[in-house]
Amino acid sequence: MSGAHSHDHDHDHDPPIAARVKALEAVLTEKGLVDPRALDALIDTYEHKVGPRNGARVVAKAWREPEFKTWLMRDATAAIASLGFTGRQGEHMRVVENTAAVHNLVVCTLCSCYPWPVLGLPPVWYKAAPYRSRAVMDPRGVLREFGVTLPDSIEVRVWDSTAELRYLVLPMRPAGTERWNEDRLASIVTRDAMIGVALCDAGRAA
Amino acid sequence: MNGAHDLGGMHGLGPITREPNEPVFHAEWERRAFALTLAMGAHRRWTIDRSRFAREDRHPVDYLASSYYELWTKALERLATEEQFLAPGEIEAGRSLAPPPAHTKAPLAAADVAPMLARGTRHDRPVAAAPRFAPGDAVRVKVAASPLHTRAPRYCGGRKGTIHAGNGGYVFPDANAAGKGEGPQHLYTVRFAARELWGDAAAANDSVFIDLWESYLEPAR
Repeated sequence: MSGAHSHDHDHDHDPPIAARVKALEAVLTEKGLVDPRALDALIDTYEHKVGPRNGARVVAKAWREPEFKTWLMRDATAAIASLGFTGRQGEHMRVVENTAAVHNLVVCTLCSCYPWPVLGLPPVWYKAAPYRSRAVMDPRGVLREFGVTLPDSIEVRVWDSTAELRYLVLPMRPAGTERWNEDRLASIVTRDAMIGVALCDAGRAA
Repeated sequence: MNGAHDLGGMHGLGPITREPNEPVFHAEWERRAFALTLAMGAHRRWTIDRSRFAREDRHPVDYLASSYYELWTKALERLATEEQFLAPGEIEAGRSLAPPPAHTKAPLAAADVAPMLARGTRHDRPVAAAPRFAPGDAVRVKVAASPLHTRAPRYCGGRKGTIHAGNGGYVFPDANAAGKGEGPQHLYTVRFAARELWGDAAAANDSVFIDLWESYLEPAR
């Protein structure tokens, strides 16, 4: 059961929702409305094929190749598609760049909008009420909760994904990584850094 | 509607709970609920805007007490019932009690999953009229109290911002969710000073960017 709600229910037992979803699948399958093999393929896609490794490739390439970065900032959808990451919940991409003067943070206060092709499905905290309520109102407090303390001199920009534009943060490239290849760079680009709740750290390289 | 989903700026919702090495799904039923929602969406009997309304249009206590995929499941039941894919009593019975509706087409096939996801669904649309606003223009978000679907969060209602970017025409969710057609409008990214939204407690140099459709906005001075 999702961590965000474990504090207000007891889910040690098999929850009624599990039986309800099972019955729903049985009925829709019996009626020929869903093919269970398609369900398996959908699940497999987001459990095993699509995830933040995709976004890390985008970031690492942008860090190494100025021309790609220019393209990414101008037309993120096309630049990201050139790496093979397209489609559902990433149809209209925007990339926002962290610099020495600006830090960006992405939220969806109204639901759970998130760039699936580059980050996969969102973590529970991103979809849950505490983050959605406070990211726009107290981004510096939220960042501190994630262990990131920004000096007052840095401008914080919060992007509330209220439309079909999907935002990806281009984190700052850590010092000391100038000679790294793309694989090594990608290994320090985390999901949280691409949401904007973490910084990239050269110390965690693979 | 300004339901419990409209969370921006609410106090008292507690600390952010993170889970190290979080799995994509936390239970088998979450996997199936996610996949059922996408597979039923492939019948194209409802739009993403109507789906969002089906998730948010519920009592605040129900919304806040439901986990994410519980909300997806409740919305799917509602949409499937509205489209007569699901008949009353069928979930309780665990079997079909009525034939599928005449509009039923073949289900999403496993082989079509990857192409469908890679294709996605574009939401940009041509809009004949010239954009009313240009980058740098001062705008104010109209105060609205519609009980129907909208993507203007309540925390920016009545607040003044600056057009950061024009994004071209996009499907208008308020119309689309209500079954009134796509009614595309120009979509803008509007920048609000954090202090305009939250008062002096906010940092002077922080800002919030919100994507807002043209009819949500009016000129400001």
